[in-house]
Amino acid sequence: MKSFDDTIAAISTSLGYSGIGIVRLSGPDAISIVDKIFSSPKKKSLKQIPSHRIIYGHILNHLSKEVVDEVLVSVMRAPHTYTREDVVEINCHGGHVPLRRVLELVLENGARLAGPGEFTQRAFLNGRIDLTQAEAVLDTINAMTEQSQKVAMEQLSGSLSKRMEDLRDRLIELTAFVEAYIDFPEEDIELPSSEEMTKKALEMRNALRELVDSSRHGRILREGLKTAIIGRPNVGKSSLLNVLLEQDRAIVTEVPGTTRDVIEECLNINGFPVRIMDTAGIREARDIVEREGVERSLRAMQGADLILLVLDGSDDLHGTDRELIKSANSKNAILVVNKIDLPQKITNENLIPQNPPLPLLTKSPLSPPLSKGGEGGFNAIVKISALKGTGLDELREKISDMILKFSSAGGEASYSGLVTNIRHVKALEKALAHMNSLMDGINKGLSPELLSLELRDALDAIGEILGITTPEDILNKIFNDFCIGK
Amino acid sequence: MTRSFHYDIIVIGAGHAGCEAAIASARMGVSVAVFTMNLDNIGQMSCNPAVGGLAKSHLVKEIDALGGEMAKVTDKAGIQFKVLNKSKGPAVWATRVQADRALYRKYMRQALESQSGLGIKQENVEEILVKGNQVHGVRTTERIYKAKAVIVATGTFLNGLIHIGLENFLAGRTGEPPSIGLSKSLCEIGFKIGRLKTGTPPRLDVKGIDFSVMGIQEGDIPPPPMSLFTKEIKNPQLPCYITYTNENTHKIILDNLKYSPLYSGIIKGIGPRYCPSIEDKVIRFRDKTRHQIFLEPEGIDSDEYYTNGISTSLPCEVQVELVRSIAGLENAEVKKPGYAIEYDFVYPTQLKPTLEAKHIEGLFLAGQINGTSGYEEAAAQGLITGINAALKIKEREPFILGRHEAYIGVLIDDLVTKGTNEPYRMFTSRAEYRLLLRQDNADLRLMEKGYNLGLISEEVYNIFLKKKSMIEKEIKRLKSERVKPEVVNPILKKLGSSPIKEDASLYQLLKRPEIEYIDIARISPSTNGLTPSEIRSEDVASQVEIQTKYEGYIERQKETAERFKKIEEKKIPEGFVYKWIPGLSKEIIEKLEDVRPFNLGQASRIPGVTPVAISLLMVAVEKHKRTPQIL
Repeated sequence: MKSFDDTIAAISTSLGYSGIGIVRLSGPDAISIVDKIFSSPKKKSLKQIPSHRIIYGHILNHLSKEVVDEVLVSVMRAPHTYTREDVVEINCHGGHVPLRRVLELVLENGARLAGPGEFTQRAFLNGRIDLTQAEAVLDTINAMTEQSQKVAMEQLSGSLSKRMEDLRDRLIELTAFVEAYIDFPEEDIELPSSEEMTKKALEMRNALRELVDSSRHGRILREGLKTAIIGRPNVGKSSLLNVLLEQDRAIVTEVPGTTRDVIEECLNINGFPVRIMDTAGIREARDIVEREGVERSLRAMQGADLILLVLDGSDDLHGTDRELIKSANSKNAILVVNKIDLPQKITNENLIPQNPPLPLLTKSPLSPPLSKGGEGGFNAIVKISALKGTGLDELREKISDMILKFSSAGGEASYSGLVTNIRHVKALEKALAHMNSLMDGINKGLSPELLSLELRDALDAIGEILGITTPEDILNKIFNDFCIGK
Repeated sequence: MTRSFHYDIIVIGAGHAGCEAAIASARMGVSVAVFTMNLDNIGQMSCNPAVGGLAKSHLVKEIDALGGEMAKVTDKAGIQFKVLNKSKGPAVWATRVQADRALYRKYMRQALESQSGLGIKQENVEEILVKGNQVHGVRTTERIYKAKAVIVATGTFLNGLIHIGLENFLAGRTGEPPSIGLSKSLCEIGFKIGRLKTGTPPRLDVKGIDFSVMGIQEGDIPPPPMSLFTKEIKNPQLPCYITYTNENTHKIILDNLKYSPLYSGIIKGIGPRYCPSIEDKVIRFRDKTRHQIFLEPEGIDSDEYYTNGISTSLPCEVQVELVRSIAGLENAEVKKPGYAIEYDFVYPTQLKPTLEAKHIEGLFLAGQINGTSGYEEAAAQGLITGINAALKIKEREPFILGRHEAYIGVLIDDLVTKGTNEPYRMFTSRAEYRLLLRQDNADLRLMEKGYNLGLISEEVYNIFLKKKSMIEKEIKRLKSERVKPEVVNPILKKLGSSPIKEDASLYQLLKRPEIEYIDIARISPSTNGLTPSEIRSEDVASQVEIQTKYEGYIERQKETAERFKKIEEKKIPEGFVYKWIPGLSKEIIEKLEDVRPFNLGQASRIPGVTPVAISLLMVAVEKHKRTPQIL
């Protein structure tokens, strides 16, 4: 059951790939939450901003030290606001991806995701909306519920909800054990040994982790695949980028004069968002030394979900090419052989790396790398001509194939089995945290009523997703599985 | 009609619910009469001779803290006292007391008789008199009695039907007549009635029992009392014995199933799953080769033993065969056979959280009639009806305990919100705030309320306040007093606790699992003065220890409770019309109409009512508040 005096947040404009969007917060902590992640050029705290002012600045992710978006923030203090509570609106420019990230940041900093129509409901309950509009309020809640349920149901597909139900059953089973052990001390019920408990808890924690991880894959679908185009100078990186941009550009988030040190280009490839990171300076100066280009490429590979390693097919493989192939081989990479409109000097055989792949030092969120295909250890080799525009369809195909494969990595989950609903992700993360506390508690030898607390909180979190409550289920399980009663 | 036929409150039934109801309301200064069919059976323990156990002792200690009688009588009648779950945390410790049946009856009757303003009548109540929607008295076989409020606490007597084998006969308990007229009367005044079943095991003659082959279970020494007010247990203490059924026993049961009313379809009522008959246990858990039996003494001067674990309704001769197949019972005599009993109950969702009928002013229901089982559950409801009937007459605000305040609150909220279709028993797992609702802090949770109601005397309350302040002062001291590594590390080493590097507070040390309060007292004795003689110093010490060690968890549960408070405070007006709320599904409307919750918190706990429905309801209630004439 939700509370009614906490701080809620939601994206208040409809989601889409274009235009600006607003993340709205309402509640007693609205200002202080946004203040934690907002930075204005004059380093002014939002708490000092007078009511009903708009202030320019940036939303920062302190963890990744990243600028998430350039924003305008309006601060409106109670009671002269829509909900009669403190309201903060963050006007984001960056489109879909930054909008979602800003929302996640405010949720991480203490806001709760608003329920359907909850802003309007608060407005009404706090006397902001008059009685004649009450019916409209009810309609709003209804409409939004229907809509969000439809979305949630679509997102909670069959295979996923089955996994959650399975997980819930296992949680209930362990809880029933602990509860029976507590409530029937004279019935010869032995609690499983701490090793066995740990094993069960570990299994469930791993299952939860898998689901949460699948949501990270889901995040790729939501936010785009971080892609780096690398290669030594003059192989045609910028031509490739330009031709893709011409045909597939989604939104440009390049904002001159911001502190953003990474420029992203967003592409829409076969319906999937792909973000090309320009850390390597794809549009590098022509006269750059080869060594410097390789260094940049290696840096760009850090943290990328996908690497497009561009080679010049009309030229012999350079030592630097081999070096890059070797490094990229241990990552999720596609070899892009460019300039096939010219006579070719590179064959597939040339591309097989001479040495075993280097050990992975930094793991991308998609690690471990996918099973290698037969082509030189790479997932794919695609031959293109950026100049003539040939082979691009095949490249798009390979990229979207790879996104689908990423999504199903680590389980049998299909594309539709991903956790993409932010509400679900939050609930799963909560359950996961409780399972971690549970394992910690078992380890410390805590008594069963304390372990039960973690189990029940985890169950509540899963129940939130499935829309089920639990106490009776635990008792039913006890009476089913244990011969209880004198 | 003379004055003596006119009371403020009439209580029907003098079992565990009736007695608490009558005593509490009389103590609150209203005139009360309690009606029983048999004066000699006041406070009868109709099932096993024990009080307390998990979640049940929690109820008893809450009753005690609110000024009820059950704990005190239990201590006077107790012949074995034991704290269960000692190896687990304090929230799930529970005191279980074997009681002498005859002494229990005696002392409960004394409590009733010594209460001023309380009359006891041996008369059979046939009808509850209602005018319009207001109760105004009862009709007994003798005459009409008028009352402003009536509390019905009739246990299993309503249309009671006892089964032994394929035979059955009408009875309230073994050897006592049922109450037929009253059930009809409840039906006529509009209650929806259901049917439940429960059972008891055979009672054996001590002479034929060979205890030497059985396990023995002694109580704790010294016996831990149930009541805060008991200084010391005076009765001689008796052990219980443990034996087991075997495969031969199970074969006898399976061979005779055709004579079991349970398995031949005669019994229609639903029995409790936590207290199955031996027939049920053998059939449902076929791979278990034995089931435990507790032989419990019926009393100091009694030669009867209660065979806890083999509740049965098989025919008498099969019961004899069954009993004699068990180790140590080869020569046992069955003094009274076990039986199953079916009885009427009132679906408790027809009641308010005060246990007053929603549709009849002044009519309260308590105990097994509401679908519960157990003496403790009954007594808790009795106390609450007694209090609320008296408050109603005095035109004071009703007394309702929250789920975060007491097991009594959980019990009643579950009953009136979710209802029940099997005999409802309390378990600690039903309480979401289990770590707050411990038996050790029942007084800290409830005694102030008992005092405000007039059920706790000034004198007792002052002692309680002293205890409370001692606990607070001591915790404050532990937090402020710091010790140096060089002083305390040698002691810590002896206790197997890791040394400290910097100064630490005593409080921090006590938080360590391996450190007890007694160790802290040794490191630095309390300077808060000696314990006054009327307070058990171990109570203060254990409270300090529990509150310190559990602090994080207690805070976590308190926060959760606090979060839900606002929604609990949102009242739904009486007579609120749900069907006009757009967007509510038909099922949800039906559920809401059925339970008619009093606030949004209660509404949210009705099974099947969704969070969205609560959102809609909240808006609709607010709308009603602004223009009540619309709905």
